[in-house]
Amino acid sequence: MQIEGKVAFVTGASRGIGRAIAIALAKAGADVVLNYAGNTEAAEKVATEIRNVGRKALLLQGDVADATIAGAMIESIINEFGRLDILVNNAGITRDGLLMRMKEEDWDAVLNTNLKGVFNCTKAAVKYMMKQKSGKIVNISSVVGLTGNAGQANYAAAKAGCIGFTKSIAKEVASRGINVNAVAPGLIATDMTQVLPEKVIAEMTAGIPLKREGLPQDVANAVLFLVSEHADYITGQTINVDGGMVM
Amino acid sequence: MTTFEKVRDITVEQLSVDADEVKMESTFIDDLGADSLDIVELIMAFEEEFNVEIPDEIAEKIRTVKDAVDLLDKEK
Repeated sequence: MQIEGKVAFVTGASRGIGRAIAIALAKAGADVVLNYAGNTEAAEKVATEIRNVGRKALLLQGDVADATIAGAMIESIINEFGRLDILVNNAGITRDGLLMRMKEEDWDAVLNTNLKGVFNCTKAAVKYMMKQKSGKIVNISSVVGLTGNAGQANYAAAKAGCIGFTKSIAKEVASRGINVNAVAPGLIATDMTQVLPEKVIAEMTAGIPLKREGLPQDVANAVLFLVSEHADYITGQTINVDGGMVM
Repeated sequence: MTTFEKVRDITVEQLSVDADEVKMESTFIDDLGADSLDIVELIMAFEEEFNVEIPDEIAEKIRTVKDAVDLLDKEK
């Protein structure tokens, strides 16, 4: 699946799933702009990997939850590359806790990054994609957005919201040749899931038909498909990458 | 350039129509083939070119080229 010469923007790209997506897109031929929140060292390593496969990498540190910052990041991509073909809204955080104990700021922080961040970046990017009359947007949701999860009311709400957002924007911009889809990862081995106790991971894995945790690369493969011309006739969909956890 | 000429040029670019199709009495939707997204893009392009902000409730009333020209003349 080639996306030769396309310009891609991946949010939350310094580690985990975002990192795998950024590198997969570069290997398929795209120049990749990497957004990250704070870990410059990790982001620079990803940039180096991208340059090593012969593609351009641009680092943009910034909080996607801030509309002004998100807008400025998209503008700097346009200034640098003159276009934006692929947007992957991946930046996400967790602040888990049972509802009774969940603080308002935990709710706000998760909704701001995981959902408002998607709105901010998509709004800014779509303006240019509409002019180009082409574009691919992939929002990283979660199977938790489909099933719910005790202790993750904020995260599940944001990830479910992300799917509703995906479908709405898919309808709004379809006439402009822009495809908008979501990927819903299940249990993927990243820093985010490493905080879970081993016992919990073992129990979860037992309930997965494919009997293993997913890898960031598994998610990146689905994203690569969705941003390639192989998915030109697919929009408004959510693809679960979860080893069959949710059917 | 007059306001009309500027509006005409933006309309030509956004809607991919010929300049001579864009007359004062032309309606964006029926005569020039704009859809609702085109209208949003047009309004945003007008806002940028004329450095004004057009509130939604006023933007909704713009039907013809003349509506846009009158509004932008007033805003100047």
